[in-house]
Amino acid sequence: MPATVTTDQTDDGSLLRLGGGFSLADLTGLHATLMQAAALGPVTVDLTEVTRLDTAAAWAIAEAEKTAQAAGHSLRLVGATEGAAALIDTVRAALPDPDQQATPAFSLMVWLDGFGRSVAAGGVFLGQLLGILGVFIARLGRSLLHPSEFRLTSLVHHCQEVGLKAVPIVALMAFLIGVVLAFQGAAQLRQFGAEVFVVDLIAVSILRELGILLTAIIVAGRTASAFTAAIGSMKMREEIDAMRTLGIDPATALIVPRVLALLLMLPILGMIANAAGLLGGGLMSWIELGISPALFVSRLVENTGVSHLMVGMIKAPFFAIVIGIVGCHAGMQVGNNAESLGRQTSSAVVTAIFSVIVIDALFSIFFAQVGI
Amino acid sequence: MTVAPEQDPVIRLRGIRTQFGSHVVHDGLDLDVYRGEILGVVGGSGTGKSVLLRAIAGLLRPAEGEIEVLGTNVREAGEAERAALERRWGVMFQDGALFSSLNVRENVEVPMRAVEGLDPALRRAMADLKISMSGLPYLAGDKYPSELSGGMRKRAGLARALALDPEIVFLDEPTAGLDPIGAADFDTLIRQLSDTMGLTVFLVTHDLDTLHAICDRIAVLAEKKVLVTGTMDEMLKVDHPWVHDYFHGPRARAALAAKDAQKEG
Repeated sequence: MPATVTTDQTDDGSLLRLGGGFSLADLTGLHATLMQAAALGPVTVDLTEVTRLDTAAAWAIAEAEKTAQAAGHSLRLVGATEGAAALIDTVRAALPDPDQQATPAFSLMVWLDGFGRSVAAGGVFLGQLLGILGVFIARLGRSLLHPSEFRLTSLVHHCQEVGLKAVPIVALMAFLIGVVLAFQGAAQLRQFGAEVFVVDLIAVSILRELGILLTAIIVAGRTASAFTAAIGSMKMREEIDAMRTLGIDPATALIVPRVLALLLMLPILGMIANAAGLLGGGLMSWIELGISPALFVSRLVENTGVSHLMVGMIKAPFFAIVIGIVGCHAGMQVGNNAESLGRQTSSAVVTAIFSVIVIDALFSIFFAQVGI
Repeated sequence: MTVAPEQDPVIRLRGIRTQFGSHVVHDGLDLDVYRGEILGVVGGSGTGKSVLLRAIAGLLRPAEGEIEVLGTNVREAGEAERAALERRWGVMFQDGALFSSLNVRENVEVPMRAVEGLDPALRRAMADLKISMSGLPYLAGDKYPSELSGGMRKRAGLARALALDPEIVFLDEPTAGLDPIGAADFDTLIRQLSDTMGLTVFLVTHDLDTLHAICDRIAVLAEKKVLVTGTMDEMLKVDHPWVHDYFHGPRARAALAAKDAQKEG
């Protein structure tokens, strides 16, 4: 039966007759009617015809009662069944105390406070990253002194995960980059009749910059997230705490093999990327510009100094350390819920890729200054 | 105020058979739950208590049998009928199953969003009321599930289950993992809400104190069916070995002694 509310004006104020079964859908109308009546004068609420009173209707009555009392008149209930009266009592007892209401203040101070906190949090974050780096170096040194503590199986496993399994994607990516460079370079250089310089273009850009940078970006996306997810889910299930209680050092068991594996594998992946990039570039130059493989190789050997390769490869260990440290740190920051695992994983990827690009830029400035 | 169970089954199960692959969980299970009662379902681990709850709530489909809730056949109901039925029951999962990306108030508001013509400010106030009725402090509404203790998450889960003033609530292990004081408080809360809101409560539990304190009737799951149903006193007289061990074990005696001491005190 649908809910009905009828209002009558009598000598002792308004009389509200409620009838039918109330549900949440009727609340808006009932609340407005009751509040209006309660603000005006004494109210009598007749519940005789009510078949079902829900908490929403009981709440509206209790709220109207409060309003009426605040305005200095009364609200009288008639015809309430035992159950309805008990429900209204329960609701009245549960009415939130308005004094407890937290009033969020929006002001310049709050904004400044938030800004200051995020700057400080940034500093703390850098400090924590340095802390993980320090722990890694300390535990690595310890492993050198006590080789029995070193986890070789774990290292080999991570080398496979980080290095071997990344070879196809890294090689394909670098091959395509070589193709694109040759294609774009050819279109520009042909205007000057200097097609043959495409070899220098490809070699310098791949060996110096793109090979290792793009490899690091792919590895950051693949591996930093994997590190965070693996360590984070262990953290979430209290496995890391269990390790500590069993006398296993989490840094030795989890961080050292992972970062070390990256440190060993990233230069190799970079070399593979360089080779695949040159191959792609060479192939495209042959098809598009008719530069034969023999010519490509001879120009490559004659005109491209080994310093370009060195400049590229020197960056690999720095990239590896940063990716590994960022991934492991984010894993250790995971709380005890799945949501923080997801948040940390995506932030690890973003932070790792961003750091790789920042480091690359710093190296470019450095090499430009020293003139290599 | 204890509502005498009227002979009006709100949940009616006939010949339920559920199985996972070749593993049969229930076979030929019958059960009636009457309006206004608190029914406690007990059984050993792996007897399919939670599976039964999930089958009634429509989360899994039994291989055979008839499930009738509030006069609607759950297995054959169309989409609209199902949606109407789902508003008339609430489910509290073991750990609350709160949406982790929403705070407690927003969690309680979720089922209310389906109600047309409800003013957002009123919806907020109703959510606060339900949170407060579930025994949580007012300020808990702004907290996220990860910031709450286990007991508070359960209470928040109950508040969400009660959001639409359901006629039936399903509670999965409501007191598991709570300290004895918290568990006793939760029992009292369920009894009180059931009395004032006229709720029918279907609860799965292992907690003998809960069975003693608040359940009107107990159903024992064993041998793939409901072995016996009845009040606590009737359970104590059943001579099936498992039932006897369950209700006469050392823990059961302690719970009984606590109940008697409470009556005398």
